[in-house]
Amino acid sequence: MNAAAANDEAAFRAEVAGWMRAHLAGRFAKLRHRGGPGDEDFEPALRKEWERELARGGWTGLGWPKAYGGRGLSLERQVIFHEEYARAGGPGRMGHIGETLLGPTLIAYGSEAQKRRFLPRILDGSEYWAQGYSEPNAGSDLANVQTRCRLDEARGEWIVDGQKVWTSLAHESDWIFVLARCEPGSKGSKGLAFLLVPLKQPGVSIRPIRQLTGSCEFNEVFFDGARTAADHIVGRPGEGWAIAMALLGFERGISTLGQQMHFGHELELVVAQARASGAADDPAIRQRLAQSWIGLRVMRYNALRMLADAEDGRLRPEALIYKYYWSNWHRALGELAIDVLGEEGRLVHQDEARRRLQQVFFFSRADTIYAGTNEIQLNLIAERALGLPREPRG
Amino acid sequence: MKLALTEDQALIRATAERVLAEASTSAAVRRAMDSAAGYDTDLWRRIGAELGWCALALPEAQGGLGLSAFEQVLLLEQMGRRLACLPYFATVCLAGQLLAQAGRESARARWLPPIAAGQLRATASFEAPLAARRAGDGWQVSGRIAQVLDGASADTVFALARIEGEDALALFAVPADAPGLRRTALQTWDLTRRYAALVFEDVTLDAAARVDDPARLAEGLRRAQAYARLSLAAEQLGGAQACLELTLAYTQNRKQFGRAIASFQAVKHRCAEMMVKIEATRSMVYGAAAGAAAGAPTAVLACECDAAKALASETYFWCAGEALQLHGGVGFTWDYDPQLHFKRAHAGRHWLGAPERLREALAAHLLEPAP
Repeated sequence: MNAAAANDEAAFRAEVAGWMRAHLAGRFAKLRHRGGPGDEDFEPALRKEWERELARGGWTGLGWPKAYGGRGLSLERQVIFHEEYARAGGPGRMGHIGETLLGPTLIAYGSEAQKRRFLPRILDGSEYWAQGYSEPNAGSDLANVQTRCRLDEARGEWIVDGQKVWTSLAHESDWIFVLARCEPGSKGSKGLAFLLVPLKQPGVSIRPIRQLTGSCEFNEVFFDGARTAADHIVGRPGEGWAIAMALLGFERGISTLGQQMHFGHELELVVAQARASGAADDPAIRQRLAQSWIGLRVMRYNALRMLADAEDGRLRPEALIYKYYWSNWHRALGELAIDVLGEEGRLVHQDEARRRLQQVFFFSRADTIYAGTNEIQLNLIAERALGLPREPRG
Repeated sequence: MKLALTEDQALIRATAERVLAEASTSAAVRRAMDSAAGYDTDLWRRIGAELGWCALALPEAQGGLGLSAFEQVLLLEQMGRRLACLPYFATVCLAGQLLAQAGRESARARWLPPIAAGQLRATASFEAPLAARRAGDGWQVSGRIAQVLDGASADTVFALARIEGEDALALFAVPADAPGLRRTALQTWDLTRRYAALVFEDVTLDAAARVDDPARLAEGLRRAQAYARLSLAAEQLGGAQACLELTLAYTQNRKQFGRAIASFQAVKHRCAEMMVKIEATRSMVYGAAAGAAAGAPTAVLACECDAAKALASETYFWCAGEALQLHGGVGFTWDYDPQLHFKRAHAGRHWLGAPERLREALAAHLLEPAP
């Protein structure tokens, strides 16, 4: 990197940090470090206002092309934004699914009408999206989705019946993208459609799922004759699987360095608690603290390798291991956090420091399950990176 | 902000990979293990005279190529992968780095060029200083170092000593044939690396034998130690990679119950876990090396290299154990290679700082009261 570019990046970093300092204040101050995984039901209304604040500041759609209202920023600058956002304690993003998953998918595969209809409202924080992939019998085996859809040609609408599950923040969202079977009797990844369905309608009912933490971030979404316009399909009928997989590919590790800032903050909380409680004198705890710090360095360098290799679009070894690595690291951090709390760990705490440690302990159990369980991740690594024989698939 | 190999770096890695795949085969390693010297003399001549590997990361002013810790790490990774039996590590990564980091100008000019050219086999010891007594213009050095890498085969030993009556250390270049220096080759389980016990009985040295720059010694010692740990971590990374490669080849070939055992999920998942640990270690080692190349301050360098060594030691030992297990019965035999890695991984784990000790140092750093 030459000196001029380095100066530009430093200026950009200062700009983000300055903006965050000025705006994550006042009524938004209580959102600092809140609303992340395990805490997603925290102040949703205020967090939507925060999304609109971000939009007004020009901090949404950073990587989107300018033609679609984005800023067309380089990978480096997007990373800087995520780092500074996290460093400032920026709250979990309500608009994440729309901005990082659906938006790029529509830009790549959507019709012009869909782009005009949906993209501006993702960018300005006026519409929120949920993801309708998993079902009770389609978890790791996602291609087994059974939700059905059929085109009612007379009314020019798709009619959707079935059930989705593990839908984050469905009750706070306006729309859901749904992977549904459009060819009756089809099996596996064939005969699927990728539909955009409004959530606020009589044919949709949402039931929260109470998690082991006691809070409800995930929902079941039931479709019973739910309707959406005939042209609210991305790609053609039968192309749903390809679109759904492409969508998952848009999460290219840009936000991972921001995620690591959150992790670093959590480790600092654990260290502070260990100092305060005296656990820091325990040699076994000290070993685990150091181990955790090493893992944090590993994740940083791993992400820097991913960014270097992301350009040719191939999934490299370091990208394939990443989900397995961070989720297991985070789970171990949670176990360390609760051990540092010791006897206090069995009591429910409301103060920010201890509440957060308990949240890491309990919620990190989900990390190794969602977005591909540990077991599925190991299959993927063995098959895609090591070329070992594939598991039978139906 | 990215961690990518330049074309030149990729070329260095590819060359090392190619040369060692041909020269440091299992059979060649076993010949070296059986030899008196413990290393492949032809290969050593070649890498010094033809390939310029000894010069790689040494300063240009003293005959080096002036490349960074990153290039050094790429080369060492391949050496570890092929279990290369060479006086390279002791000469370049211990003695060479120690001189480069802590040597006085005249000593660097005297000793680094022959090291860079591969004409000198040297070694160094960082720990357990000897005792040095001033004797006229020169010195008398006494004491014992329990284990010195390549201590029996090195031409010159760079030994640390505490100056009697002064609260200071000094570094001496001691010729192998110095009167009063007794070297006893030790029997090691890991035959790919040899150690010797060195006893110094009033070894008389002239003033020029003192090679350190007193103003740089303390800091230089810390830096050299960090580089040594990073270097060993790079070798261990390569060794762990070799364990995975051996295991993949064996389990895809070996059939039981009518199918390759690599098709069983119990085996696949363990191979995948090996890869996770190896790639994590690669990220750590490359990241620490990139930081060193960018001129990290000593305290940061020490933490990063300690982390790399702690992680690589455990990854290598774990992967070697998995390779041994997943080879089944033959993994327990002398003829298959997992045992070579298992012994080397074990020996290296407890050398230059065991993971437990390194993590304790990191924890102390992490728990320092915030400024």
